[in-house]
Amino acid sequence: MTVTAQSAPTDTHTIPGDALLRRLTPEQIEAFGAELDEIRQRVIGRLGEEDATYIRNVVKAQRAFEVAGRALFYVPPAWPLAVAALSVSKILDNMEIGHNVMHGQYDWMGDPGLNSRMYEWDNVCPSDQWKYSHNYIHHTYTNILGKDRDIGYGILRMDEEQEWKPHYLGNPLYATLLMLGFEWGVAMHDLEFERIMAGEKTWAETKHLHAGLIRKIRNQALKDYLLFPALTGPLFPLTFAGNATANLVRNIWAFNIIFCGHFPAGVSTFSQEECEDESRGHWYYRQLLGSANITGSKLFHVMTGNLSHQIEHHLFPDLPARRYPEIAEEVREICERYGIAYNTGPLGKQLGSVARKICRFALPDKAPRFLPGFLGGGRSGEPVAETPLAA
Amino acid sequence: MSIGQSILRSRAVAALTSPHGVDRYLEQVNPMWAAHEVRARIVSVDREVDVPGHPPVATITLQPTSTWRGHRAGQHVQLGVEIDGARRTTRVFTVSSPDSRRGDRFTITLRANPDGVVSRYLVKRATPGTMVHLSEAEGDFVLPDHVPEHVLFISGGSGITPVMSMLRSLQRRTHRGRVTFVHYAQSPDHQIFAAELDEIRRSGHGIDVHLLHPELGDPALSPAWLERLVPGYRDVPTWACGPAPLIEAVQAAYDGSDALRVEYFKAPRPAASSEVGGDVSFSRSGESAPNSGASLLEQAEALGLRPEFGCRMGICFTCTSRKSEGTVRNVLTGEESSLPDEDIRICVSAPVGDCTVEL
Ligand SMILES: Cc1cc2nc3c(=O)[nH]c(=O)nc-3n(C[C@H](O)[C@H](O)[C@H](O)COP(=O)(O)OP(=O)(O)OC[C@H]3O[C@@H](n4cnc5c(N)ncnc54)[C@H](O)[C@@H]3O)c2cc1C
Ligand code: FES
Repeated sequence: MTVTAQSAPTDTHTIPGDALLRRLTPEQIEAFGAELDEIRQRVIGRLGEEDATYIRNVVKAQRAFEVAGRALFYVPPAWPLAVAALSVSKILDNMEIGHNVMHGQYDWMGDPGLNSRMYEWDNVCPSDQWKYSHNYIHHTYTNILGKDRDIGYGILRMDEEQEWKPHYLGNPLYATLLMLGFEWGVAMHDLEFERIMAGEKTWAETKHLHAGLIRKIRNQALKDYLLFPALTGPLFPLTFAGNATANLVRNIWAFNIIFCGHFPAGVSTFSQEECEDESRGHWYYRQLLGSANITGSKLFHVMTGNLSHQIEHHLFPDLPARRYPEIAEEVREICERYGIAYNTGPLGKQLGSVARKICRFALPDKAPRFLPGFLGGGRSGEPVAETPLAA
Repeated sequence: MSIGQSILRSRAVAALTSPHGVDRYLEQVNPMWAAHEVRARIVSVDREVDVPGHPPVATITLQPTSTWRGHRAGQHVQLGVEIDGARRTTRVFTVSSPDSRRGDRFTITLRANPDGVVSRYLVKRATPGTMVHLSEAEGDFVLPDHVPEHVLFISGGSGITPVMSMLRSLQRRTHRGRVTFVHYAQSPDHQIFAAELDEIRRSGHGIDVHLLHPELGDPALSPAWLERLVPGYRDVPTWACGPAPLIEAVQAAYDGSDALRVEYFKAPRPAASSEVGGDVSFSRSGESAPNSGASLLEQAEALGLRPEFGCRMGICFTCTSRKSEGTVRNVLTGEESSLPDEDIRICVSAPVGDCTVEL
């Protein structure tokens, strides 16, 4: 069975994530939600100059890296530096600035340049289309099978509840291609190619997206692949290649960070039935079980747009991301009290776990014996929180 | 426009700086550089009125970016400040200096309202060098290019600003006709632009200045008093700006004459509650109450909601909200609208009967 927004799992068997959600009593879930609400209110009350200064400094740095990168292409020996600066610029723009601003994290500043309704980021995906598929669909229905189209992006098999089909043997290949062309994957996300291929949707139904998509792609291509290379005259091919490389570096980085957010082992998926009419506490609980963090240095967190704190981001998507590290300490402590696993680890470990999952789910569930053990390994939704619940 | 400006505003530069736009880069180098946006640096803050126990009034001189297209006397500007470096808050103020051209310095003159977020900041805390955000000049309460032979200005309190800009422009244009300038203030100590008006009064030049203080015994505005001052005043082109009671008195005195033009700083009070009826509901917060007839913004505030607002006068669109059902009347124009799922400015919309707004 292909998992799409329409064709939900029809049988009502529970999946491991559902079982986890039921480990807390409704009263516990409510108390848990109230504690998180309290954190949220407290942070909102403290928002002010520090947060404003922070994001403005990140913007300043991003603009400086961008200008430096574009300028360094005039100095051929500095080509690697130029690519590095432009890559950093694009990563900062897309992650710490774009992603977070478009979540409305800085709307309270009243600055049109940092407003979720107006910000446009430096990649081929039009911001309004992304805001719908990401802010609304993905953040509301996080890890609900059949609802959250970010589970495998309609291409990959990332969960045992997705029925195996022979074409999933290409899972590792598809993942690699998605990584290399990640901005294109994100841009095409709303077209729902997999549903068009399956005959559930027609090309004509995506028509309202075309004009915006074409305009954005044209603008991006024009500056990166024509105007800036042309401005460097005889160095055109070098600049062209440099811009392409910077886009590629950003694609690889963003893909890896984002896949570590929801796909390492221990992250759960849920059925639609379990999440119908859910309470605020239940929603928080599901967000927590459906996300994973990455540990690292302060600079690392900035370069991931603080998506290294995917758990806190999913609990509080509209709080400024620079607050996640401080919030994380409290969230961890709350999780400990409720006996909820808090999924975190260094980048290498989380990436390895994701890679294993991609390979593992390329194969049918009842793995033939000849497969090496590590590929036949654990079910993704296996309960990892075994500690007894606090009363 | 200079060549530099033309280049910065060109399509080529827009393409190179896409998706952010050239201003997002220029501002990083120098906040006074802009190709599209308008900003200004505060040059000076001068107290006009400082009566102990009363809100002070100050004139703020602004050096705008070269993108400021200038203004016509009587126009206003939306001005946004970042209070404590964080939340940008925008309010509307009238330009008090004479007509300006592209990039010209200009002034605004304002009273620090006791709980006014922006006005108190500007009058009491802002220092030279502070940057503010601006719109272009807006508004059609302006002098025509051909100024009539005799004009009459009537103002009260801080409502003096647009007519002061007009008076100053007339002086600069060396207008030869007659000007009658009537202003109401609480007391001579509360008089804004006192020294300048005094100077104008003494030098004559066809400008009659009448500064009145009804609270100290001067006559209040009435048709008889106006008739004595300016015989046939109903046919004399008149510009009036001030608090609601003054404007109401002026409107009554002019009895629908189209020689009168008025400017409001605050939306006029809508009809009394008995005529409107129904209930007002705010669907997101779940609050509702009997319709009081006031603007939806005020009714929401009365229920403890805090909708965002800027000008409270239908100018800035900050308060725009979705009305899911019901009829509203625009308190400025009297126009009614009953479309479902309509975006309305709640500061100038008063419900007529039942009304639901997504707040
Ligand atoms: C076209 C135009 C031109 C103007 N020109 C001038 C000018 O030249 N000079 C001048 O001094 N003023 C002028 N004004 C008036 C000025 O814009 C307002 O007084 C504005 O509110 C000043 O901002 P503020 O920061 O003082 O006050 P705000 O913070 O807006 O508060 C002002 C008042 O609004 C009310 N208010 C605010 N918040 C709430 C709430 N939550 N609930 C209920 N009531 C609330 C209160 O009565 C408060 O005193 C003009 C207005 C317009 C529309
Ligand atoms: S507050 Fe400005 S339009 Fe309503």
